[in-house]
This record gives sequence, structure tokens and C-alpha cells, in this order.
Amino acid sequence: MPEIALEVRNIIAGYVPDLPILRGVSIKVKSGSLNVVIGPNGAGKSTLIKAIVGLVSISEGHVLLRGKEMYGIKPHLIASYGISYVPQIDNIFRTLTVRQNLELALRSSGKNANKRLTELLEKFPILSGKLKEKAGALSGGQRQFLAVAMALSTYPDIILMDEPSAGLAPKAAQEILEMLRDLTNSGVSILLIEQNVNQALRLADYCYILAEGRNQVDGKASELLNNSIVGEIYLGGKRLRAGA
Amino acid sequence: MIQHLLDGILVGSILSLGAIGLTMVMHILRFANFSHAELLSIGAYVALVFDKMFKVTMPLMANEIGPLSMTWALILSIIVSMVFTAASAVLFDRLVFRRVREKGEELSMVFASFGLSLIVRNLIGLIFGLSTKLYSKDIVFATVLSRDPLLVVKLDQLATFTITLVLMLVIHIVLSRTTFGYSLRAVGENPELAQVNGINLQRTLIVVWIIGGGLAAVAGVFYGLNNQINPMIGRDLVLPVFAATIVGGIGSVYGALLGGIIVGLASNLALSILPSGYSPSVPFIIILAVLLIRPNGLFGEARA
Repeated sequence: MPEIALEVRNIIAGYVPDLPILRGVSIKVKSGSLNVVIGPNGAGKSTLIKAIVGLVSISEGHVLLRGKEMYGIKPHLIASYGISYVPQIDNIFRTLTVRQNLELALRSSGKNANKRLTELLEKFPILSGKLKEKAGALSGGQRQFLAVAMALSTYPDIILMDEPSAGLAPKAAQEILEMLRDLTNSGVSILLIEQNVNQALRLADYCYILAEGRNQVDGKASELLNNSIVGEIYLGGKRLRAGA
Repeated sequence: MIQHLLDGILVGSILSLGAIGLTMVMHILRFANFSHAELLSIGAYVALVFDKMFKVTMPLMANEIGPLSMTWALILSIIVSMVFTAASAVLFDRLVFRRVREKGEELSMVFASFGLSLIVRNLIGLIFGLSTKLYSKDIVFATVLSRDPLLVVKLDQLATFTITLVLMLVIHIVLSRTTFGYSLRAVGENPELAQVNGINLQRTLIVVWIIGGGLAAVAGVFYGLNNQINPMIGRDLVLPVFAATIVGGIGSVYGALLGGIIVGLASNLALSILPSGYSPSVPFIIILAVLLIRPNGLFGEARA
């Protein structure tokens, strides 16, 4: 039985006091697994991730990383505990060069920074030739690779990603999702939000469906993909089957 | 004409120093800080006090440096003034801006900065009086660079220009070569992303106030050295410094450098075609022109 990397237990959270967006959401992420959160707009998917990293305040519930409470930890310290967060679209510093972005992410690594930079460039060779370029000049897909490289710089236990395929051409989106799948083989757990439901479910291990700030359904991704009722209600039924 | 160009660059470089701090604060805290120019005023007066004190307590320091009217006492006073002004900037944030930030919106911050600038300006007038003051009462003769056309420059102006350039170079190196500089730029661009990349936002904000305050102090002293010191420095400089910031693009340090020079040049060149009374209107015209033609300034980027 694999260890649970991250557990979110019944959290209530929101941007404004007394107006919760999440009204009791629970998830469990096993070590080295790829998990996807889907649901309609306004379901609270992005809020869930932001609450985990401390950018949205949690009024009730627990966030446990390998059993350790993360509630109340400041967002700038969360990465040092092992949780990396890659926001949607604006997930790199456009005015800095690719190298500066990576050096910024690596600045807490001290002496190991150079070694880690070499490792990351080996993992993402596409970035090696672009180190001096402004990150804002990268293509959408390359930006996502840079964002993931930055997220990996601190050897995280888990990476939380908000719609990594948003705004990408289908081929680039597929590449990103496959790269994330490969990452889990090295023991990193991934929790991602995706609109690209069909592609994500094919690659993911487990899936959570949220609506109106609550858990609706969860289960193995392969089972949900073939579950016609779930597909009909939450995944846009015909579109899903047509793509299948 | 060439004389106006020369004066414009010299005055502009002082505006640039003031604009660097303002552009950083406006970018990161996202509000138009009308009290920033008062930091120049505080800087000028703190240096005045310490200059007098050092000259009395350490007579050797009252000697002028070479052909300049500047003394070693004043150089030391500038450093003390930078510390004081930076501390004042942090204190203003603690006492006023942070409290308003937590409860109000950006517009509330703008009004708070207006109020703060009035309080500071009047406090300075109350403490030091409304009369003008000078760092040195000696008459400073300008050096003639050329007789035809007549081109003169005060050596003090050249010295302040050189120091300003050195400070700008230091800022450039920090921003473009150090991870500390990257983190400042990162917070300016995307505070949320900066935080999840391990950057302490509160600490960075304090650093920004310290840098802004320190540079404002230098700008204030240099302005006082080349003109005169009175409690209205803040009122007189708020518009040119804002114009420099907006021309350069909010958030761009390099834009602020260039913006200051452009505003300085434009104001001085205007003297050759307009009566001197109209000169203060030039920054207004520049702000309007930039907002109409290139709303994000020369180096600024559109942001959400």
C-alpha cells in the first residue's frame, strides 16, 4: 500500500470570511501518483490548490503532508516543506531570462544550486538552448516546461498544477501531460486541475470531481472514464465518448 | 540650447533617483504614492541637520572637497540621511500604508498618501521654518566649458551627476546579476508566484521602502545642493518625479532612469521657448502625452 503524500481533510476555505468557496473538500494523494481534479467552472478547483499552499485562508479542516499539518504555514515557506505550486498561465517571470527564473527558484539550494541546475537542464533539454532568452518570449509549451523545472528545483514531494494545458495546442498539451506522467515514475506526486478531461483521465491514476465547493465523485481515472453516468453529468457525456 | 540640454540632463538625473523608488513602490504595492516626494524633502533636511552637526563637532570635516562646495561633512550626512529617510519610509508603511492596505483599496492608499504628504510637509515647515536654507553659503562659481556658445556648469552639478550614475550602475548590477535583484523584479511582476517560489513578500516590501527611501534622500540632498532647501521641495518635485515614473513605465527601474532625464530635458528645453513661469507645466504635458500615446510608458508592460 503506497504511502499517502498529501491529505486534505474536510477543508472549508474562501477569499472572504463567512463566504466559503470550498465547503468541505477531502482528497488523498498517494506517493508517486498522478491525480486530476475536474469539475465545472466555479467548483472551487483553483481555490483548493491555493488553500493547500496557503494563498487562500482555511477556516476549518486539515492539510497534511506525509502526516504533518501544513495549516498556517506561510506561502513562501510551503515549497521548503515539499509542496510546489504551478499556477495557471502566469507561472514564470516573463521579464527575467530562463536562467534567472531557474536561479531564483534554486536560490535556497545554496551550494547544490549548480548541480541541481545541471540536473534540471538534463531533464528538460529544451530549456538548455534558451537560458539567455526572456522567459516571456518562450512558447506556451516551453513556459510550462520551465514552470515545472522551477517547481522541481526544491525536490518536492508533490506538485500542484493549475491547468497546465490551458491555452496550448493539443500536441503541446499532450506532451506536457505525458511529461507529468513520467515525473511520477521518479516518485513525485502530482495533483492537477484540468479542463482537458479526456486526455487527463487517460494518463491519471485517480480523479476527483468537485462541484459547488464539495466532493461529488471520486475514483480510479480509468473507471471514471468509462462510467457513462459520470461522463454524462460531469464530463460533457457525448464529447467524452466521441473522443474515446 | 546646449546649455539647456546640459542642465536638463543634470536635473533629470536627480529626478531619476527619486523616480526609481517611486516606480518600485507603485509597481509592487500598486498605488500612486503622492508622499514619495516628501521623502526627498526629509532627506534634504536630515542631511542639513547632520551637516551642521558634523561641521561643529568635527571641524576637519568642514573642509571642502577640492573645488566643490560639497564638504566631507555633507557626504557623511548624506549617508546618515539615507538611513533616516529609509527608516521614515518603513515607518510610514507600518503606521499608515500597511493598515490602509489591510482594510481598504488602492484608492484609499492614494488618498492616505496625499494626507501623509501634507502632514510631513507641514511638520517640516513647523520644525525648520518656511525660509529657504542652503548647505553652503559660499558663492559657487560655475566653470566655463565654452565661451561660444556660452556653456557653464557648476562642479557640484557634475559631482552629483557622477554619484547618481554610480548609484544607477549599482542598482543595475544588483537587479541584473544577483538573485536578490531577481527576487525584487519577481515580486514586482507577480507577487503570488514570487511567494510560492520562496520569496518572503513582507520582507521584500520593507527592502523596497528602504531602497526607495535611501535613493530619495540622495535625490533630496542633491536637489538642495543645486537649488535651495525649503519645505516645498516635496510639492515642487512630486509632479516631475511622477512624470519620470510614468514616462519610463511603472515598475521599470531603467524606465525611471530615462524618464527622469527626459522630464529634466523637456523642462529645461521649454525654458528656451516658454516664459520660465510655464516650465512647471511641462511635466503635466508629458504625463498627458505618454498616457495618450503609450499608456504603459517606454519600458512598462500592460498588466492585469
